[in-house]
Amino acid sequence: MNLVKSKRNRVSHILIVLWTVCVLIFLYIPMVSVVLASFSKQRYFRFPVPAWDTRWYEKAFVSLSVRDLIWTSLSVATLVTIISVVLAFFGALAFARYDWKGRKLYQRLILLPIFFPQAVLGLALLLWFSAVGVTTSWHTAVFAHLIWILPIVILIMSIQVYSFDPALEEAAFDLGATRLQVLREVTLPILSPGIVSGAIFAFLLSWGNFPLSLFTTGADQTVPEWLYAKMVSGYTPMVPTLGSLTMGSAAVLLFFAYVIYLLVQRRRGAGAGTG
Amino acid sequence: MAQGSTNSFLRWLRQPGVLAAIPASVFLLIGFAGPLVMVVAYSFMPSKTFTLMQAPTLENFTSVFTDSYYISFSWSFFLALVTVGLLLAITYPIAYGMAKLFGKWANLVTLLVALPLLISENIRLFGWVLFLLKNGIMDGSLQTLFGVSASGPLYTVPAIVLGLVYVYLPFMLFPLVIGLSMIPDTLKEAASDLGATRLQIFREVELPLSMPGIMIGCILTFILTLGSLAESKILGGQAVVMIADDIESAFTFAQNWPKGSVLSVLLIALSGLIVFLLFRRIDLDKIIGKR
Repeated sequence: MNLVKSKRNRVSHILIVLWTVCVLIFLYIPMVSVVLASFSKQRYFRFPVPAWDTRWYEKAFVSLSVRDLIWTSLSVATLVTIISVVLAFFGALAFARYDWKGRKLYQRLILLPIFFPQAVLGLALLLWFSAVGVTTSWHTAVFAHLIWILPIVILIMSIQVYSFDPALEEAAFDLGATRLQVLREVTLPILSPGIVSGAIFAFLLSWGNFPLSLFTTGADQTVPEWLYAKMVSGYTPMVPTLGSLTMGSAAVLLFFAYVIYLLVQRRRGAGAGTG
Repeated sequence: MAQGSTNSFLRWLRQPGVLAAIPASVFLLIGFAGPLVMVVAYSFMPSKTFTLMQAPTLENFTSVFTDSYYISFSWSFFLALVTVGLLLAITYPIAYGMAKLFGKWANLVTLLVALPLLISENIRLFGWVLFLLKNGIMDGSLQTLFGVSASGPLYTVPAIVLGLVYVYLPFMLFPLVIGLSMIPDTLKEAASDLGATRLQIFREVELPLSMPGIMIGCILTFILTLGSLAESKILGGQAVVMIADDIESAFTFAQNWPKGSVLSVLLIALSGLIVFLLFRRIDLDKIIGKR
């Protein structure tokens, strides 16, 4: 009886693994499609690709307008990352570290923007900017991205903060450390993995954001906006090329973050071993 | 008396938690609550005005129900329901595997599912266009391998559903994993020892205990789908107009801010109600912090 059961279990395990692999492949189909199209020589994509070519990459690298697009996207994403990490650090402490009256309400309200349709949020911000009398440009896009990204970064950092033992801070205070010293020597190092992953999410979510940028960048244009405009009308093979380049840069960033994470882990492990 | 309440307010304000909450709260008050109030205010303005100085009116609300907007609302609702149902069926086995079977491989699966989230939705949907296109990757492969053509899936309702399922899959999967990993294995073993069948264990033990995760996943994906724009535009062509599409064209092409505001208010109210009902029933500390 038990033998039959375990055999049936094994079959279902194999089925689940197979299904998971299929869905993972499904998730990466579009990325592979974009990369394939970016190396195609023809102006209009067809498959199987008759001839391969890298000239669209060469064109992208020398194009001044591409450089402008990347510069705008990069500026927005960098500012969003810096501001959201600073605000979210305190926001996450309030979310998960301290116990205070009103915290439950704060937790719910602060997460609301994540559930909000981004396109509608972008349009609402457009009305808001025009009412306040601010001309839209990439600066206003930074503001718009923050409304959606800040709650996400708070959520990510909170996960780290939950596992943080407040007794460590109190011990430092008891030993005579000042508030600033405790922050620099105890709180920040312990929470640093959460801060780093929050920063990476902030940067990449801003780098790839389209619905908020669409309505709030004014005359400036980010890479995702340009891609959308060209997809809808005036297709050029530069679309898959620039798409592949943004995917590649995201992959490189993540790879370096992972390497740095491993190095830090190893150094910490060594430090704990000798100390 | 008044003195006492001011003092206790100041004492409340001086707590470190409150002080830490202030920067983000103030920021979102200006950037999120402000625009929301703005949209609500515009929804009461006469059609095609660009100021808030007119006498308030309800004409926009009544005209929404007489115009054909119920069509796009129904489409959004229908597509959201279909997407949620499909996602639940697709991700439940994976979530089960990640929570109970895969062990340390679960981390790799998490990473592989999360990575595409960091790539612009536009690019990923465009990848599907290339895949589904006439003479695209699917069509071209079928032609060379089997000599049959499969052009046609692009710019139809199934293509939109594909895009929605694709984009929102992680938002269903991760809550399900959290929900399922909250079930102790011993409970299932106990039920099994007491002679429960597989189906009984699923229905009586797994399903009720993983309900918080299932609810969060369903509601999150439902709301995200309801307000989605890019999927129907990029993969659907002109096949279907979803509500976010109508809102966008009311604001941009039609230059009718009050009309766009009314539609936004209805969409926001509907999503807000659903989130409110959800938040009343779950404890965030327990789910995020495992406390």
